[in-house]
Amino acid sequence: MSEIETEVAQKSCPVIANHIKIALVGQPNVGKSMLINSISDAHLHVGNFTGVTVEKSEVLFNYKNFHFTVVDLPGTYAFTDYTIEERVTHDYLCAEGYDLIINVIDSTNLEKNLQLTTELMSMSKKMVIALNMSDEAQKEGIEIDEKYMSELLGIPCIKVSAQTKFGIEDLLEELVNKTKLDKQEAKLVFSEAVEEEIATIIDYLQKHKYKAVNSYRNIAINLLKNNEKTYRRIQQNPIWTELQPILIEASKHVELHHDSDDIKESFAEEYASFNRGIVTEVLKIKKEEPKKSLTEKIDSILIHNIFGIPIFLFFMWSLFQLTFEIGAVPMEYIDGFFGWFGDTIGATISNNDIRSLIVDGIISGVGAVVLFVPNIIILFIGIALLESTGYMSRVAFLLDGFFHKFGLHGQSFIPLVTGFGCSIPAYMSARILKNDRDRLLTLFIISFMSCGARLPVYVLFVGAFFSADMAGNILFAIYLSGALLGLIAAKVLKLTAFKGVDEPFVMEMPKYRLPSFKLIWHTVLTKTLMYLKKAGTFIAAASMLVWFLSNYPKNPILEEQYSIKIEQTHILKEKNLLENRLDEELLQQSYLGKIGKLSEPIFEPLGFDWKMSVALQAGLAAKEVIVSTLGVLYSVGGDVDANNSSLVTAISKNIPFASAVAFIVVIMIYLPCLAASIVFTREAGHIKYFFYLLGFTSVIAYILAFIAYNIALFL
Amino acid sequence: MMQQLSKCDKGEKVKVTKLNAKSDLKQRLISFGVMKEAVIEVLEHAPAKSTIEIKVGKMRIALRAEEADLIEIEAL
Repeated sequence: MSEIETEVAQKSCPVIANHIKIALVGQPNVGKSMLINSISDAHLHVGNFTGVTVEKSEVLFNYKNFHFTVVDLPGTYAFTDYTIEERVTHDYLCAEGYDLIINVIDSTNLEKNLQLTTELMSMSKKMVIALNMSDEAQKEGIEIDEKYMSELLGIPCIKVSAQTKFGIEDLLEELVNKTKLDKQEAKLVFSEAVEEEIATIIDYLQKHKYKAVNSYRNIAINLLKNNEKTYRRIQQNPIWTELQPILIEASKHVELHHDSDDIKESFAEEYASFNRGIVTEVLKIKKEEPKKSLTEKIDSILIHNIFGIPIFLFFMWSLFQLTFEIGAVPMEYIDGFFGWFGDTIGATISNNDIRSLIVDGIISGVGAVVLFVPNIIILFIGIALLESTGYMSRVAFLLDGFFHKFGLHGQSFIPLVTGFGCSIPAYMSARILKNDRDRLLTLFIISFMSCGARLPVYVLFVGAFFSADMAGNILFAIYLSGALLGLIAAKVLKLTAFKGVDEPFVMEMPKYRLPSFKLIWHTVLTKTLMYLKKAGTFIAAASMLVWFLSNYPKNPILEEQYSIKIEQTHILKEKNLLENRLDEELLQQSYLGKIGKLSEPIFEPLGFDWKMSVALQAGLAAKEVIVSTLGVLYSVGGDVDANNSSLVTAISKNIPFASAVAFIVVIMIYLPCLAASIVFTREAGHIKYFFYLLGFTSVIAYILAFIAYNIALFL
Repeated sequence: MMQQLSKCDKGEKVKVTKLNAKSDLKQRLISFGVMKEAVIEVLEHAPAKSTIEIKVGKMRIALRAEEADLIEIEAL
């Protein structure tokens, strides 16, 4: 999606370009993307849960005479390769060329954030610390002496707030200053025992005049920390034979000092005690911390062990109720508008073929898709709220036990819920799952979560077959049963294809935040515009194609036969009937009719007529095309009642209830759209997975639709 | 019988004595601040006590009971 790469327009700059490349690093959910957005007016995706940024994205902007390139890296708690996103960050920081690091820190949780900072410091790169959320910290009575902190760490620390844009100018100024300097030595001090060993190693390196890019201190620390890359390099040097016993001795000392056999753990403790020292020096808490923070108070209700899940289900149910209820209000007007628009435009075109192409093809196809914009907007607002308040992680917490029984991970919930909006970002957000098997499993069932593009089909069919007061419930039931099917599918896959040990579930629960209106407005607007754009381009083109295939080849003989019959009769009713029959027969002998007839035997056991079969196949390109295809097909052919051209009416008159149920079941399960399939294949890592997905979803869709059809026939 | 973190009551505070997790999970716990000497407060239990929410410093962490029990603790 377009969130991956945002480029801010650059003004041409008369002075010789000064390029500064910055790596933006920080723990998850500290507001890195938001900080970039407020520096450069870019629009990166922002949410309140871990793992919003899963790929690095670059933002370009100018400040004074400098060209800045900021690389927004996925959040990482420490230099581990726990998840794919952390690997992205780690690899980038170690291997790529950049001028300096901005380490973004959540001021309200300094000590925890410094854990990453100290690791960054041991890299000996130029660095600036952005103390983000300083406004929030102030409200909580947390005061940080940033001048003293800069002095202690040897790194400039700037108070900023991405939300209020406070301190942004200072930060930019500091970045410019920093680039002018050629070196910066951070002051990271370890315990006496470790410092002693570092000194021994440095001595040795100095004695042998070991050639290296990094400082000796840096090498010594890396060696003690068992950094593989440093080892690989130094092992090729003759000094290694003598260095090895020194290192073994040194490691023993450190481990003894920490009473642990894990050197990484020992270093983590070293960092932690250094950080505790810093925090005691620079941080003052003015306000007494309340016994229970607001977040904890809210949590005691929302993740209550009895009420938590019912509350969550209630939220989801309300969302679908609203989607239908409020969404239905403007639908009438939109439908009316496109009807009027088609008539008005149609009246100005004298050529029959062109008029039919424009009115029956493009306008009714695009109109059918635009009709559902209100529903889409409401659904997207709901998902944006879920993302930005921090509730998402709570649901992951509540559902983990339940999910675990089905072989899924609590954190699978995040990609799955994103899947209700659109499968594409959902596939990408599956990267928060550490283990490849769990990730693949989640990828496979994301398509069971009905995406926003399928909503129009549901709304259309539910509206055609159920009364308005039931519609919201039915809609909720469709989504819920899709999700439950997904869980069952997960269990099946876990027991067969993806056997193995379970991934641990350890997740940060972020603070609740009031969603910013601007943020939600922006997210929803972008997504809605994307939907409209798709309607105007892709869907319009597809509608034209469907129109062409359903109107050609012409059959003059048939037309003549009917026109004689029509002229002979004088009864108006008879005339209409004959005209309709002509349309129907023409459609049946068209290209599309032939395609439909060809595939009809396959779909016959599910009760689909050839029009539904065609719509379903068209839906493989994009789910919106189903609606537009039905729109074109029923406006050309089966328009029984000329006074009421609404697609909803056409469907309720032409499609039997049981067939409609089977149709919805297929839509719920079968392959997502073309674009999503491509992303799926990329994220899964191999084309074979695409064919597995195709086979898996098609077979399930067919079997379940068959069952549903036969049950519905009895009802 | 040693005390298990997953069996602790809501609101109980305990001290970490040892991490028995495997390397990468251990690293993750440490980066969350769950390390020797750290004080943990149990905040919430999910239904069936399958998952618990704990607080370390200012950070709230959700973890599954099985993983929680890899953290050796003692009463404060």
